[in-house]
This record gives sequence, structure tokens and C-alpha cells, in this order.
Amino acid sequence: MESTLTQKKSPKMIQNKKNPKLDGASTVSPFQIFKREIVKDKVALVSLVILVGITLLVTVIPFFINEAELTHVDLFNTNQPPSADFWLGTNHSGQSVLGILVLGARNSLTLTIMVTLLTGSFGILFGLVSGYFGGQTDNVLMRVVDFFNILPTLVIIIVFVTLVDWSYLNMMFILSAFAWTGIARLIRSRALQERELEYVQASKTLGTPHMKIMFREVFPNILPLVIVQMTLSLSANVGLETGLSFLGFGFPFETPSLGGMIRTATNPTVMQNRWWVWLPALVLVFVLMLSINNLGQCLKRATDARQRRG
Amino acid sequence: MIKFIIRRLLLTLPQIVILSFIVFLLAQAMPGDALSGMIDPSLSPEAIAGAREALGLNLPWYTQYWNWFTGMLQGDFGRSFVHRTDVTTVIGQRLYNTLGLSILTLVLTYAIAVPLGIIAGRYNGTWKDRIISGYTFFALAMPSFTMALLALFFFGFQLGWFPTGGSVDPFAFAAGGWTYIMSRLEHMFLPALSLALISTTAIIQYLRSEIVDLEGREFIITARAKGADEKRVYNKHIFRNSLLPIASFLGFQIVAIIGGAIFVESIFVFPGMGQLMITSITARDFSVMTILILMFGVASILGAMLSDIILTLVDPRIRIK
Repeated sequence: MESTLTQKKSPKMIQNKKNPKLDGASTVSPFQIFKREIVKDKVALVSLVILVGITLLVTVIPFFINEAELTHVDLFNTNQPPSADFWLGTNHSGQSVLGILVLGARNSLTLTIMVTLLTGSFGILFGLVSGYFGGQTDNVLMRVVDFFNILPTLVIIIVFVTLVDWSYLNMMFILSAFAWTGIARLIRSRALQERELEYVQASKTLGTPHMKIMFREVFPNILPLVIVQMTLSLSANVGLETGLSFLGFGFPFETPSLGGMIRTATNPTVMQNRWWVWLPALVLVFVLMLSINNLGQCLKRATDARQRRG
Repeated sequence: MIKFIIRRLLLTLPQIVILSFIVFLLAQAMPGDALSGMIDPSLSPEAIAGAREALGLNLPWYTQYWNWFTGMLQGDFGRSFVHRTDVTTVIGQRLYNTLGLSILTLVLTYAIAVPLGIIAGRYNGTWKDRIISGYTFFALAMPSFTMALLALFFFGFQLGWFPTGGSVDPFAFAAGGWTYIMSRLEHMFLPALSLALISTTAIIQYLRSEIVDLEGREFIITARAKGADEKRVYNKHIFRNSLLPIASFLGFQIVAIIGGAIFVESIFVFPGMGQLMITSITARDFSVMTILILMFGVASILGAMLSDIILTLVDPRIRIK
């Protein structure tokens, strides 16, 4: 990556007034490259704005509304179509669909972000160890990954969910337990390449401890890849979580969630006559996944110097 | 090549054994056992204890596992205590329904994906390509259940083109023959289409980038330099090279369809294995559930194997390993 950067010689990199000792290449961090690429790619920029907007709204709004009042069952106001009082109407319990949507999005996003962070960190650790040490270690660790890959993941997750009491932590561990292999595989193949490079060999010769080489030297070099992969897996996890809640094996029924809202559409009457109960949640899931994918694709392009637009 | 195929076939055996072991452990973790469905309130505790002994439930776990595993090889899948009959009877017809759905999904997937991928690759950068790439991008952001719900909403309820549930009309069932087959296909079409629309994306994207990549290769430039017309360049040189690896997607499609079937069958109230899975979990029918997990698992193992074998058949470079 460094060599391509120096070849490009953009004026920004050559003029380094603060620290003239450093050459051009080493002053460009992956975050600067990401930033430049996002600014250049308007679709990704819009996606980022939408994502940040939705995240802020669903985190901030619940502080200003009374959750108990919102989830309160009101039998006089059931199944109202959208109106000035209820912008998205009410559901079969007389709750405001818009309010439930905000709470549901918050719950779903919280869980998926937790899962993504956990699978990401574990996948990085596993892949880095496997790829860096290589040989026998790699062989054994990759058989573990293979083993997870032959499992029919979705059904096994469902079985675990039914066996275990519901809590955010339990849910996070169950989902993560079957979703970390993809990222581990990817990090491993990249770490396998890195260990052959001179800087790792040189550092080993100097007697640097393995831990330090792995986390202080190899890790920063694969960080861009990690960020890209975690963005893309966030989208996959949103799909997985809403899917599980849709089937009734995600969030408990009384907790608002995006999948749970879409589930109401399995009732033919609701699907045909009360689109406002289920369609907003479905559209929100779609918008979330689309924006995350857009952003991920843009970041992915940024990690490859040949495809960059910025 | 035969050596590789045999080696790959042998590799699936330990995988299936490991899977069966996991499923057995899961079954042990679930409440209730093979006896739960047969207990009558009037039975004395001694009779129950006797029955437990007779069924071998007091044996050590490894003996139980062995009995369970060998029993299955002989076609003994246990009894469902919700349906009060053999698991084989419960699964029976549903297996064929899901099989039919999967085959139709595969056919639709390839029928949609291959032409679209070729067009997107050949007319790379034009409006045709942009529309097709846009479609793959939108489809990637849709979990299979949202696609199925929208298909049901628009084509099932709003337009009324297709039936909204079940696997066959009762009158068509009585009529038999051609009406029967058509009714089955009609019921299967919408679920299969919504699954296929999602699974086309991987194939389209692969084909497109493969064709674009091949365009710049030397043998294509040579072919053009020889004066071969565009039709010949595409049909004889590019498609032949880019279409073959698509065959290996088959195995992964099977794995994807298994996951998708659970959602789609529940949405379309289609009496298949995916729907049975959900209903038996909610009914706590653990004996049926165990067998279903095992069948789904074996299907995905076989799917992965199929992919590898097809890939070796079409791409000689892989065989060396």
C-alpha cells in the first residue's frame, strides 16, 4: 500500500509542514483515505449521513419520550390509520407505530452492534493468531472454522435461543458464536501474507515478542480490512437479527423490535389492510442494510489503491 | 481427478458423524426424551421406569448415541410425541414439497441470473449494466423474508395473481393429473421466485466481473485480431470460460435455500420442512426437531461437497491439491 501511495504523490502528502522528517507516505492514515473516498463517493456520503442520522435519532428520542406510556396498551385506539396524532397510525394494541419503530430500531441496532463488535474482536484475534503463526497452529485453528461452517447455523441458533433465557448478553453470545468464522478466515489469509513480508521477518530477527509483532505491527496494517469487513458484517447481522425476531426467536414478543413489527404481516388481514403496521419497519431494515452496504463497498474500494476514486 | 473426488467424498463422512454428535448433544440438552410422548397418566411409576429401561434411556450416553445413530441408518427416526406417530410419517410428504420448492428455486435462479449476468458483463458500463447492477445492489440489502413478504403482498394479495398459502388446491388434489401438477407449480412459484431473486445476486456479480475480466485477456485480443466476429468471441471464448465455474455455485445455493426455506415456507404457509421446523420448535416437538436439524445439516454438507466436486470437474487447476 505504501509504495502505491508514494507513486501517486498527491500534493497534500508531499507538503508536511508539521513534521518534515517523515516522508509523504507514512503521514496518510487509513482513516484519511477512507474520509477522502467517502467524500468523493456521493452515494456513500448520503448513506453515511442516513446511518448517523438514524442512529442519533433512535438513541436520543427515547430519552424524551415516556417508554412505559408508549408501550401501554390502549384498547380505544387500536389499528388507527396514520393521522395527525399518530403519524404512522397505531397497531393492534393501540400503540403508536412510530414510537414502537424508534424503540424497535434502537433495540435491534444495539444488539447487532454488540454482535458485530464481539464477532469482530474474536475473529481478529483468531485469524491473527492462525495466520501469523501458520503451520500446525493454523491447521488446527482452521479445522475449527471448517467445523463451524458445516453446521446449519440458522436452525442451531434457533434451538439455542429456545433453550436459554432471554437477555441481551445471552442473545449476543448465541448470535456471535456462529457468526465469527467469516471475519476470522479473511483476517487469517491476510495475516498469512503479512508474515512473509520483510518488516515482520526483520522484527522477528530483532527478537520482538510475538504478541508485540502481532498487535503493534501486523494489526495496524490489516486495520483497514478489519473496518471494511466489520461494516459489511454489520449489515449481515441486521439481516440475521431481524430475521430471527421475525420468526419469533429474537427479541421477546413484548419488546419492540424491527423483526417483531414485520412479523405482524404474517396475519393476512394486517398484511392486506393495515400496511402502516408492518411496512415502515420493513422499509427501515431495507434502508439500514442498503446504507451499510453502500458504505462498506466504498470503504472496500478505498483499501485497494487501484480502485480508489478519491 | 477420481482420486480427488474419492478423497472429497471420504471427507464428508467424518463431517456427518461430527454433525450427528452435535445434534445428539443438542437433543440431550432439550427437555423430554423418547418416552415423553408415550406416558399415560394412569401408568404406574414402576411401569415408566420399566419402559425407560426397555428403551435404553438408562444406558451410558455413548451407548445411547450409538443406538440412536445406527437406528437412523436403519431408518428408525423415533416418534413425534406431538403428532403421536413416527417421525418418518410426519416428515414424509413435506420432504417432497421442500424438494420441489428447492428445485424450482434453483431453476429460476439460474434462468434469471445467467442471462442478466451475461448482459451486465457484455454491455459493461451501459444503461443495461447499470440497471442490472442496481438490482443486485437492492437485492443484497433485502433479507429473504422481506422479499417474500413484498412478493406475497403485491402478487398474492394486491394483484391476486397467485395463491397466498398452501401447496395445492383441494379441488385440484381431487381432480388429479394435469390440474394437480399445475396447481402445485402455481403454489410453489411465488415462494420459489422470492428465494431465487435473492440468490441470483451472487451469480450475476460473479458472471459480470468474470466477463469484464476476460475481455482484457490476451487470448480474447488474439481472437479479435484474427478477425473473429463479436458473436464468435463471446460464444466460443468468453462464455465458455466464464459460465463453467457458475456450476459450482449449485452447492452454495442449496445451503442458502435451506436457510431461506425456513422463512419463505412460514410466510407462504407452505407445508414443507422449514415450516415444520418452526412449528415443531414452538410445539416443543423435540424428536422431529432433532431429525430436521440433522437433515438440514447433512444437506448443507452434501451441498458443499457437490460444489467442490463440480469445481474440480470444470477447473483442472484445483485438482492438483
